[in-house]
This record gives sequence, structure tokens and C-alpha cells, in this order.
Amino acid sequence: MYPAPFRYHRAATVEEAIARLVEIGEGARALAGGQTLLVWLKMRFDEPTDLVDIGRLPGLRDIEQEAGRVRIGALATHARIARAPLARQIPIVGDCASGIADNQVRSRGTIGGSLAAGDPSCDWPVLLTTLDAEVHCRGPSGTRTLPADGFVQDLYATRLEHGELVTGVSFALPGKGSAGAYVGFKRCAPAFPTSSVGVQLTLNGDDCTEARIALGSAGLTTIRAKAAEAELRGRTLGAGVIAKAAAAAAAAAEPVADQRGSPAFKRSLIDALVKRGVEVARRRARGETVEVSHEYY
Amino acid sequence: MSTTEAGGRIAIEVTVNGTRHRREVEPRLLLVQLLREDLRLTGTHIGCDTTYCGACTVIVDGEPVKSCTMLAVQADGAEILTVEGLARDGELHPLQRAFSENHGLQCGYCTPGMLMSAHALLARNPDPDRKQIRKGIQGNLCRCTGYHNIIAAIDAAAAAMREGK
Repeated sequence: MYPAPFRYHRAATVEEAIARLVEIGEGARALAGGQTLLVWLKMRFDEPTDLVDIGRLPGLRDIEQEAGRVRIGALATHARIARAPLARQIPIVGDCASGIADNQVRSRGTIGGSLAAGDPSCDWPVLLTTLDAEVHCRGPSGTRTLPADGFVQDLYATRLEHGELVTGVSFALPGKGSAGAYVGFKRCAPAFPTSSVGVQLTLNGDDCTEARIALGSAGLTTIRAKAAEAELRGRTLGAGVIAKAAAAAAAAAEPVADQRGSPAFKRSLIDALVKRGVEVARRRARGETVEVSHEYY
Repeated sequence: MSTTEAGGRIAIEVTVNGTRHRREVEPRLLLVQLLREDLRLTGTHIGCDTTYCGACTVIVDGEPVKSCTMLAVQADGAEILTVEGLARDGELHPLQRAFSENHGLQCGYCTPGMLMSAHALLARNPDPDRKQIRKGIQGNLCRCTGYHNIIAAIDAAAAAMREGK
């Protein structure tokens, strides 16, 4: 279970990494923390000819706030984000960062890698879709900014072009009355979630003026549950309204049968997670401190 | 840009348990292989090989990592602590003593990884409650103890370390 041989390049700058990826072509992969890529290489799901190590690139791990927006560098690890003041300031970010896999994986895995892997079980694309974030990219033809919603296009496929790297993500600081929660369920800490759900609501009392809901491990890509959002938007939150939204989210999911469970099981899980996510978001909007994250047995 | 040819080797330098080592390694060499097969530090175990079990946990620059999911070249320049680096001058580390006294192991296969995760936990939080201890070893699987005695051992070690024992 070890990787096939490859050439190794350690880039000193983003420009150098992009140039080398382009020069080598299809056989090259960018290596950041390696918590997705190295697992694939060891199982030989992928046999790249070359790895371009971007893990040491300077200036890509900062977490900053400016003009009402949060910006996180692509090489910020899950652990770094989980320990940042941001994780307490915006609890939904802490839910996600501190719940991904386990302590060891969070030491190495990066937010940029979680996006670039295009894996529907990775958590950051789901969280960033929930927060309506932007993904900042840099490639051979310059920089561009893409919405997190739709960034993962298909199983293991993103909107990144060859030689293009994620350099960071940014999102608006949630406004007054806006609160969210990221909840997932998995069999054990190191496992990918069986299902996960991000919920961000804007509330005035129990009146919901805005809602965003995204689902992870619920299909071949991140799924935005727009029908579920519509069930909440403009309504007063109550058990009936929340149940309708949860049912709409479960219906929007396209889960596949695998060792983590049957589609029916995953839909019922999503139903329950949406209810929990809405409830936690509602309590947080009232100013309560609620600790949630991925749950496991 | 430093680069290698396929099958070629690259020079790296790592400090393991305080000793500096310079090696020419194949880029695909995993950190756990460097530790076990090259440096002959076989206390770090390979369990599942798929980033689940945590038997291969070591501390790299202060952070716990699964050394089966890190390339040796990624550790170039790093300070690494393995289970062999816990005992000092023939004296067991308080964590090792507590695992022994609390029967925190049966077959022992997961133990080096458990010790290193516990070490990382106590470095950040010298006085964890039981829930925090459980979270601290969430990335380490044990197939025999049922975890209770491992948690008791880490709790006891934390108390001993706070008292400077």
C-alpha cells in the first residue's frame, strides 16, 4: 500500500508551483498537507508522475478580517482554524474545523486541500457553500474568484483548471441575527461523515428572513438544499416549518449506498441533522453558546 | 525549486528525539518508514495504513501526525518526537508509568500512538477533563482495552505531571 514512484518538486513561490504544474502537464499534482492525496497515492487510486509540494509556500496560512470579510489562506490547517479566535467568533466555522477527522489529520490537512480534492465527503466545501464564500484561485492565466457554491462540480472534479491553485477563501462576517451550525454524523472520528449539514439562518426573533443549507456526503458533490431554504425563508420557525425544511433537504439529497449506509438511512440522517442544525442556529442567534460538531458513536 | 528524477533521491534533515539525522530518501518514502526502517525506531507502529488507527502517531513540530500519511520529504527540517523519546535517563515518562500502573494496555499495539496523542493533548491542556481526554485520543483506535483504562491512565499522568512527578 505504498505510492508508485514520482518526481518531487518543492516550490518556493506560488508562481513557481504554477509554472511547474503547467510545464509537466496532466501527470502533476499539487501536494499541500497530503491528508487526502497521500491516502489516494498509497492505495494507488492515483499514480501521478510528479508531485509539486506547495506545503511550504509563504503567506498562505493567515486568517484575517478586513472590511467585514474573513479571509483564510489555503494552507491554513484545520487545527489552526479550530484554534483561531475566528472559531469562537463564528461558531459554525469552529464546528467544522474542530470536527474534521481527528487531531492528527487536522494537524496536517488544509482548507485549500479540502476544496481542491473535490471529494463530496470533505467538509469545507459544504461549510463554505453554507456561508456563501468565495474561493480565490491563481493559475497560468492569472487570478480569479469563484463561488464556493458549485466549486466542486462532480465526484473528485472541481472548477480548477490544470495548474490552477486555490490560494484562499473569503466570506462576509455574518450580520446581526445571523447564526449557523455545522453538524455531521460519522462512525468514528477518523471516518468521513456518513452525512453532514451546514445551516445558516438570519432571524428576527423566530422569523427567518434568510436561510442557506448545504449537504455533505449526500451525493456526488456538495448539495445546496434550495427547496429546504425556501421552506424556512419568510416563515416563523416552529416544529412544522422545520420538519418541512428537513424533509425537503432529505429529498434534495442523492445519497449512494456504501459501507456508511443505505440511501434511506442517509436521508433519515439528513432529516435529523437539518432539524438539529436549525435548532442550534436558532439558539445561537439568541446569544446562547452551544457546542456542536461531528457526532460519532 | 528543488526537484528529483523518478526513483531519484533527495537530501533531507530531521531531528528525531533530539538527534539530527541527514538522509537521502526516495520522495515516496513515508515518514513512518524512515523512522522504522531507516532510523530503526520501531516503537512507532504501522496499523491500518489508511489514516484511521493512529498507531503510527508521532509529534512533528509540536503537532500530532499520522506518520503513515506524511512523506519523509515533508518532514525535512522538522523536530520529531517518537515514543522512544519519552523516557529520560532510564526513567519512564509519567504517561508511560501511568499506562503501566492503570493497565492502560493489553496487547500494546496501539500504545505508542496513544502515548503520543496523550502527550500532544497534555502539552496543550495540562488539566483535561475526561471528555477532553476522549477527544484527545479520538484519532487512535484500540481493539482490546475498551478505552476506559487508557483514559484513566492519561488522567493519572496529567495529575502526576501537574504535581511535577
